[in-house]
This record gives sequence, C-alpha cells and structure tokens, in this order.
Amino acid sequence: MSYETVIGLEVHAQLLTKSKMFCRCSADYASAPPNTHVCPVCLGMPGVLPTVNQQAVEYAVMTALALNCTIPESTKFDRKNYPYPDLMKGYQISQYDAPLSRDGWITIEADGARRVGITRVHLEEDTAKLLHRTADGKPYSLVDVNRAGVPLMEIVAEPDLRSPEEARQYLIKMRSILQYLGVSTGNMEEGSFRCDANISIRPQGSADYLSKVEVKNMNSFKAVHRALAYEAERQREVLEGGGRLVQETRGWVEERGVTVSQRSKEYAHDYRYFPEPDLTPLALSRAWVEELRSRLPELPDAKRERFVNDYGLPLFSATLLTGSKAAADYFEACLKDGAAEPKRVKAVFDWIFGDFSRLLNATDTEIDSSKLSPQHLVELLDLVDRGALSGPAAKAVFEEMFHTGGRAADIVARHDLAQISDALQVGEVVDQVIASNGQAVADFKAGKEPALTFLVGQVMRATKGRTNPKVANELLREKLAG
Amino acid sequence: MKLSHEEVEHIALLARLGSSEEELERFREQLSHILESFEVLQQVDTADVPPTAQSVDLQDVVRADEVSPSLPHSQIMANAPQQEAGCFRVRAVLE
Repeated sequence: MSYETVIGLEVHAQLLTKSKMFCRCSADYASAPPNTHVCPVCLGMPGVLPTVNQQAVEYAVMTALALNCTIPESTKFDRKNYPYPDLMKGYQISQYDAPLSRDGWITIEADGARRVGITRVHLEEDTAKLLHRTADGKPYSLVDVNRAGVPLMEIVAEPDLRSPEEARQYLIKMRSILQYLGVSTGNMEEGSFRCDANISIRPQGSADYLSKVEVKNMNSFKAVHRALAYEAERQREVLEGGGRLVQETRGWVEERGVTVSQRSKEYAHDYRYFPEPDLTPLALSRAWVEELRSRLPELPDAKRERFVNDYGLPLFSATLLTGSKAAADYFEACLKDGAAEPKRVKAVFDWIFGDFSRLLNATDTEIDSSKLSPQHLVELLDLVDRGALSGPAAKAVFEEMFHTGGRAADIVARHDLAQISDALQVGEVVDQVIASNGQAVADFKAGKEPALTFLVGQVMRATKGRTNPKVANELLREKLAG
Repeated sequence: MKLSHEEVEHIALLARLGSSEEELERFREQLSHILESFEVLQQVDTADVPPTAQSVDLQDVVRADEVSPSLPHSQIMANAPQQEAGCFRVRAVLE
C-alpha cells in the first residue's frame, strides 16, 4: 500500500527586541554570564507585575500581516500551567483562545507554487535554559534564567505539508520572511528559530488522520528533513508490520539519526489555561494595524518577481538570491549605479554565488558583514570589463579583497597582476610556446582545433594567468598560419 | 459536585504537591466545598453578559521597549540553596 505523509509545523522565533517580553531586562543574553539578565519579574517573585513590551506586539502583528493573517480587534494573554524547572513561575505566559492573529497562508515552491495555511501567530515568553550535569555518577541540572522572558513568537501551520522536502521549503520561506521583516535573526543553530513537527501517515487518498507524532529537538533545516524522513519511514514500517501507531512525542537524536519516544509522566498535557490576571487585554485598532501594514518592507516573493522583471534574472536565480535578504541587498547595491546591463547582472550574480559564497562559507561570515563591499566588487568588475585583468587573475584579486578589504586596483598594482594584452609582450611568450610544443603545433596544423586551446593554456601558464587569452588566441592563429 | 480521590491525586501531581492519603481526603472535601460554592454562582443567568478575562476596567497597558539594569547576580542567587557556576542547581530534570 502506498502512504501519504501529513506534516504540520510549529515554529518558535525569538523576537529582536532590546528588552524582554514582560520586564526591562536585556533580551540580548547570548554572551552574558548566567543569571545576569534577571530581575524579580523573570524570577517570578511574588508581588511583581509584568508589563507587555509594545515592540514585541508590533513585530508579531507585522509578521501576522506578512503571513496574510486576520488580526482581531483585541487579544489577551493566558497562563499555561506546567511544573518544570525551566519555568520560574510554574506557568508560561502565552496566548490560548484569543491569539493576536489567525488564518493566514504562505506560498512555498514545491512542484510549482503552493499555499500552506497558517493557523495562528501568537506571543509568549521563552523559558530558562537547563544544563544537564553529572557528579559522582549522579545527574543534576543547572538553571540559567537569562533566556526566560525573551519574547517568543509561535507560528502554527496547518497540516498542509506532504513531504520532508516541503517542510524544509516551508521553513526556508518562513525564516526568510522573518529576516526581511527584521523581527528575528532566524538562526536555527543558536536556537532563536526553532521547529517542532507533527507528522502522521495515511493510506494514499484517505482523508483520515492516523495517530500523529510530535517530533522535537531538530536544530537545523537538515535535521528537520532527516528526522521527518526517518519518522515517516518508521511509521510505515510499524503499520506494515501489523503494529499500531500511538500518539506520542518523540525526540530526534542527531548522532544516531533516529527518533526516540519521550513518553514520560513529566509531560502531563493538562495545562489548565486561564486568563493572565496581571495583564490587560490589548486592543488592536484598525488604524494601527493598517499603519503597520503600510510599513511592511518588500517581502521575498515580491522581491523575486521584481528581480525577474527588472534585472532579467531567471526565476531560479532570483529565488536563490532573494532567499537571503542580505544577498539580495548586496546584489542590488552592486547594480545601483547606472543601467544594469545583462552582462553585469550575470557577473554580479556569478560572483555572489561562486567564489564569494565559497569564501563566506569557509570563513563562516555573513555577506553583509564581509570586508568586501559592493562598491569594491564593482571596481573589480570594471577592471575586468576594461580588459585590465584576466579571469584567473580576477579570482586571485577577489580572494585577497575578501580577506583584506583592499581595493582591486591597489592589489593589482602591488602584485603586478595587470593583464598582458600587449602584442609584442604576448608574442614573445607565444613564440616560446610554439617552439617547445611541437606535437600540439603539428596537431593544429593537421586540423585538430582543440590543440589551439591547449596552446593558449600553455601561454596562460607561462604568464601565471595574466595574459589576455583573446590576444594569445589571435597571435597563435596568426603565427601558426604563416 | 464531589471530587473523586483520583481527581485530587491528579491535581496534586500537576501542582507537584506530595500529599498523604489523609491529606488527600481532607483536600478532597475542602475542594469539593469550593466547587459547590461556584455551582451556586453558576445559577446566575449571564446570557446577556459578555465574557471577560478581566475584572478591572483597564486595557492596553504596555511599555516601550527599553532596557533597565537587571538585579545584581548576588541578589538573584540570594535565596538559592544550591548554586554552581553562577546557576541555580536543581535535581536532575528527567527528559
């Protein structure tokens, strides 16, 4: 029997506010020593009064609008009760039955564009960080409260995804929307963008949902893809082996490449939600919502369409480029002066996704914090266009520019890399190459055209890539014809 | 409404309260009385009263996104019976 996979994703994204969700402690805890961004509100001390961070509400509403959600006239917060050492109060302030938005959608690219429903976007607070230790064979835990209270936005999607690859596409699109909005870093490895998945399988064509399994602990896009592929296959094997699937929570174990059951009494899903009495309801006035809508930046889909129309980029290239706002901005910065000729557009794209990407990856650098500015890249391209620099030399110059932040013209002068186009100079090298490659010369004269490419290569080699290949080619033909 | 012994046990578990059998029985009676009082309230006809999550007539209490200094670390840890590496040390959290 063939089965269909049904996946629904839940994303938690930390919002880029300066202060926490309900108090004025700094939300920037990444490099802070443990328990130094903490106050009585984060600690859940008796008698404290949390107050809503207006910026977090604004970011969440902007996100909801970007995800085509409906924003109600008012929203409120609720307490989600569960005892766990990462919750200082014994409850998490979240939103239950009056979330700040519902019913949206985004488009993903999977066998053509397809809509995926967004159930809701709501606000809550992050929990404390637990560190697990062992002493004398006995396990214990340490609690760092810095993360507790950082604004967290939960985005719940409908179970509209049908494969691990679609799940990956959804996450990539979601992250890029959040980055375009500037509301979250979207960094999955650092935990500011997290994903839990609900996954079940069912006989193809069936509309029923079998027992769904919640999968947690996936810390990268790749992990999500692998975990969901593993889980779909595991469920199929259980069914085909005559077994029964149970509704449960399973954790992805990256090193072993498996999901394991997390059945435990610690997870009594009995949250006893009730309205948070310390916080007032929030009115979301139409005027304010419309003002936020008017302030939304250009989003990935719109930018991609514009890149196709304005720069003549193929759809695939435009998708790749606009997947990262930083890369898209860099690309445009390189083309902002003067007309974007097709040749220049292609050159900028090729550099960004060629040597530049390679070096950025190798040095773990983001494109917008690279020493190599768009202006400097443009200067390099201008040198190449003027014929002052050969292709291989340009690569070498580029690499040095990347590492030092130097300018192309200075590097060319310092290393004597300027392209040799002078016929006399090239002619000398061509003569030497002809003299020492008798076989290739004979081949060419016998009509074997590829031998010429070999000879041009020898000229390039003899000049460490600095010769203008076009000049070398012409001179070789001229001399071999004579 | 009378609560069952099992319900009281479940509530105690959710609240992480360890209770003796004798206490569970005493709480069962006391909690049942509280619920009975709410049953009286439920007799009031509220058909024309809009639901509310709040008893005070306030709305939109928010603050600007500004940072103030947190408490000194020594004060944060002042009540912690066990500490290590600047953290609160607690019993192992079972996953």
